[in-house]
Order: sequence, then structure tokens, then C-alpha cells
Amino acid sequence: MPTWKLLLIGCGLALAISTSLLFGWWQVDGPGAPERKARESKLPLPIGQMDFALTDHKGNRVQATDWLGEPLLVFFGFTYCPDICPTTLADITGWLESLGDDTKHINVAFITVDPERDTAEAMAVYIENFHPAIAGYTGSSQDIADAAAGFKVKYERIVTGQTYTMNHTAGVFVYDAEGRFVSIIDFHESRENAVPKIRRALER
Amino acid sequence: MSSIKFLGAVISLTFLMAVGFISPAVPDTARNDEVIVEAAWARASIGTSRPSAAYLTIRNEGDETDVLTSLKASVSEVAEVHAMTMTDGVARMGPAGAVKLPAGHEVVLKPGGLHVMLMNLKQPLKEGEKFTLTLTFKGAGPIDVSVPVLGIGASGPVQ
Repeated sequence: MPTWKLLLIGCGLALAISTSLLFGWWQVDGPGAPERKARESKLPLPIGQMDFALTDHKGNRVQATDWLGEPLLVFFGFTYCPDICPTTLADITGWLESLGDDTKHINVAFITVDPERDTAEAMAVYIENFHPAIAGYTGSSQDIADAAAGFKVKYERIVTGQTYTMNHTAGVFVYDAEGRFVSIIDFHESRENAVPKIRRALER
Repeated sequence: MSSIKFLGAVISLTFLMAVGFISPAVPDTARNDEVIVEAAWARASIGTSRPSAAYLTIRNEGDETDVLTSLKASVSEVAEVHAMTMTDGVARMGPAGAVKLPAGHEVVLKPGGLHVMLMNLKQPLKEGEKFTLTLTFKGAGPIDVSVPVLGIGASGPVQ
């Protein structure tokens, strides 16, 4: 075999190897990696990739991964919110009532974006007004920031005179039992839209 | 209003009353001239530290635009119309300023839109109770409306 042929084969082999190495890196550690893709996308992370702990309305510390095993609905809000939060929690209550017995095995998390005022006790008193499946969660400012980062939720404090209110992402996140993100139920979505989305998560 | 129109209104009103669609003693409907405030309700509160919200419908049956300039509630130190707006899924709330009522139109204050923010409550709003809300319009002047308090988890009066 002439030298130029050997050289050509060598070059081809080197190119093939480096291409597959680059491809492998891209998919595993690079921009194509599923974890990185999930972290950089605007979509909420799978529950299994979330790393935070919160305090529930009974005062227990819970990990995000404790939610695995059952479908999950998550809503961020605060109890000093007079309009959208009680409306959403009333909507969730209505959805759960439409689903009936299917909701015996579903976690519903109402996470405060205002941990300063929303203690575990405050959350407990507040959620009593809604469906019993709804649990309240609070924590340190850092806990809330970590949880919000996992769900890609935005929130900010707005000072109004002597008090303050909170702007916050208002959709309801729907997850299946394996912690995979199924969809978001936007505010103003009808019960006819919302219930099938939850059913999808229940049936997966 | 022409006499024929008036007669028509009286007849249809009498008819509606007769068949039971409207009761003559609707406590949460009030009117002054051509402005009507109706279907008012508020959410119960937990104590007095949290703000509450009231909702209602205002109809302007007149020929000129009117403006809701101020509100006063018997149960709170502050009452003002706030608007909820949504940008990129983020809910924001703030004062809506003076609410314009074009002639022949209605403005509906409902969950997730415009609402009356009741701030610095003087007493807790308890389900089943009522309070008085005074809406002052530039043209129609003040209108008192009785506001029934529904549960915290209510989304409106049961239809």
C-alpha cells in the first residue's frame, strides 16, 4: 500500500475518533447533556434532579425527592395575596373535587414565596380553607430560592408604602409519579382544560 | 328615557320579578342615576393583617363616560381598585387608578383581574357577614353597596 493511502486512512480514522469524542462529550457533559439541557431550559426540572428541602405546614422538613412516587401539583404564592392565590387554590380544590377518588394518591404543594410572613403555622391556618390534599411549604429564604430555581419560578418583593406584596409565577406545575414534568396549568385555564392535564399525570 | 322605554323597562322588570328571576330586595345592587353597582362580594379574611379583596360589576347605562374616582369601605382603612396583570406567567398586582366607565358599558371586577383591595382591615371579614362599600363616581356621585362576605376559598357567589 502506498504511503499516501495509509496517510489518508490514518487521517480518516483520526477524524472519526475525534468526531465521536466530540459528539459523546456534547451529549454527556456538553450543551447536549440532558441534565444541562434541563437546567438551562425554561422548563421546570424533573423532581429527581431537584435538590432542596422545605418545611411543611406541620413543621416537618421534607426533601423535593420525597414527592417521588405520586403525581404532584405545585403552586407558588403567598398567604397575603388577596386575589390570585386564593383563586388558584380554589381552582385546584375544584379540580381535585372533579377527580374524586383519583386524588387519594396525589401530592399538592402550595409553596410560599414570602417565607418572612408565611411561617409553617400561618400556612397551616391558611390551607385549612381549601382541599385537604393541599399541603403548605415554607422555609428559609435560601430554601425558597432553591425550590423556585428548580421549578424556574420567578418572584420579587414589591414595597408598597409600609407593607409589601410579591410578584410571582402563577401557573400550576403538573408532574407524574416518576417526577417527570407533564405540563403547566396557566391561570385562567378552565376546569375543562385543567382536569385532563392532571388525569394525564395520574395515568402515566 | 322616553316614556315608552320606561314603560317597557317597568313591564319587563315586573315580569322578571313575577317569574322569580330577581327579588325586589336585592341587597347587593345599588344605583344612582345611570350607574348601577351589582353582584358585589368579598373574601373572608384570616384576622386583620392580610388584605382582602372585593369584587363587583359596575354598569353605566347613561350616555356619558363616568369615572370611579374613590372607594371607602366600612371594614378597612384603605379601599382601592387594583389590577392583576400577567407577563411571562408572572402575576403582578398594583393600583389601577381611576376606573373609566364608558357609556353603555360594564366593568367587571372579578378574580384574576380588577379587584377592590381592602387594606389595613379594622376587623376580620367573616363569612356570612356584610359590610358597606361606598363607590364615588365623578358623575353619579357616591353609591353605597352592601357587600356579602363569602368564604376564603370562594370564587364568587354560587350561580
